[in-house]
Amino acid sequence: MQPAVKRIIFYVLLFAVWQGAVYAFEVSPSLLPAPTDVFVSLYEGFSNKTLLYDLLASFQRLFTGLAIALVLGLLLGVLLAKSKTADETLGSLILALQSVPSIVWLPLAIMWFGLNEMAVIFIVVLGATIVMTINVRTGIINVPPLFIKAAKTMNYRGFRLFRKVTIPASIPYAVTGIRLAWAFAWRALMAGELLSTGPGLGYSLRFASDFGDMSRVIAIMLMIMLIGIIVDLLFFQRVEKKVLKKWGLATE
Amino acid sequence: MFLSINNVNKSFTNKGNTELVLSDIQLDVKEGEFVSILGPSGCGKSTLLSIVAGLATATEGSIELSGKTIKGPGKERGMVFQQAALFPWLTVEENVMFPLLPDMSKKEAQQKALYYLQKVQLSSYTKHSPHEISGGMQQRVAIARALAMDPALLLMDEPFGALDEQTRSRLHEIVEDIFLETKKTILFVTHSIAEALKLSDRIVVMGTQPGTILDIIELDFPRPRSQSKEDLIVYEEKIQSLLKSEIDKVTEKEQNHAASR
Repeated sequence: MQPAVKRIIFYVLLFAVWQGAVYAFEVSPSLLPAPTDVFVSLYEGFSNKTLLYDLLASFQRLFTGLAIALVLGLLLGVLLAKSKTADETLGSLILALQSVPSIVWLPLAIMWFGLNEMAVIFIVVLGATIVMTINVRTGIINVPPLFIKAAKTMNYRGFRLFRKVTIPASIPYAVTGIRLAWAFAWRALMAGELLSTGPGLGYSLRFASDFGDMSRVIAIMLMIMLIGIIVDLLFFQRVEKKVLKKWGLATE
Repeated sequence: MFLSINNVNKSFTNKGNTELVLSDIQLDVKEGEFVSILGPSGCGKSTLLSIVAGLATATEGSIELSGKTIKGPGKERGMVFQQAALFPWLTVEENVMFPLLPDMSKKEAQQKALYYLQKVQLSSYTKHSPHEISGGMQQRVAIARALAMDPALLLMDEPFGALDEQTRSRLHEIVEDIFLETKKTILFVTHSIAEALKLSDRIVVMGTQPGTILDIIELDFPRPRSQSKEDLIVYEEKIQSLLKSEIDKVTEKEQNHAASR
């Protein structure tokens, strides 16, 4: 059987069991609404466009944060790869920060920037910059020495060597870095919105929760999940696969 | 002299021990000559080539090309490595254009690249990615890329060591044709006696520990060498006996090392 067919059967069964259980045990909708209620809520959200506006607002913040993070991560990654002193000092701090979920910075961020978008963007930037930095650094350090030697015999040196050989040679790592940065940014954004302010998917989720509208809560959860999957599967994994193949790094 | 290697010594320091890799290498190469450097692994032949390429420096001594002392890499010396070292993010054509682009327009570089790709019989693969072609083809692209700079001296570091026998002999023909047609001076590092006999005007036989020149053998035979197989056997035996004592030396050292443990 095709994996896709298996998957469809699995999800149909999952929804059927969920629906059946909610009816059979007469579960209160404030504990767990039936999937049909969730879909109705999802449909309403789209038809009155509130979910779309939330999505748009979240995406705006996400892209601002991600763009800043990618540029910062690239610069920091290059710095760490090129300067031993920076790697030994700043590098250790970045590795240490990696073990801290960026959302724990929110209380401080709210004090610094106020209860507004800036605080949330700060959380997104922090989460995404660190993975991007680490990947760019690894990519540059792992450029095959043979490439550098070959380019040197063709009279490439200094910045031109860096731009024409080191940078393209480390692109596979940078792509992985971007993918991870996106994943971190998406999670950080939802957490930030949930705990801070809207508009946005996270904020609407908390809003619905305050009103005890659990079908809307689950509808928004589904949206968050779907977007995560779609962007990762349809965009990043494809790009990554293509790049790895072209760079001769794909494991068949 | 076109290329003169003057009393070159090279030593590496490893864990406080200084090891002499090349000892008193003295070699002159005439313009348009095909010189092979032949020796067992560990004789420093690749290190010597790296020093000529400017990728490594000699501890003592100097190397002069057309009267100028070599201080670093330069376009007048093209290098082909054991691995093709093609850039995977560029097409075959763009790889050959790579050394040209800083100095000429894209169009000119493209024409030149095509010309050299034709020389290695790959003109129909210009738009392919390196990973889409075979190892032998990749090595031909690497040769085209080195030739495209129009270097006075072509350095080849065991360029066919990683290839199968058939591909290897096909590439020998291509290199010989290029040598006869372009009259480039070629310095060719190999550990294959047959390869050296087939291609060289002179063979520099090197010994190990430290790397020294044991003998320089002149081969004054017409090309292609397949016509003079019988005459070459004498040379093959001579080189083999030269190298045998070297290989014995390595084996003996290994056995002593094993016994002392």
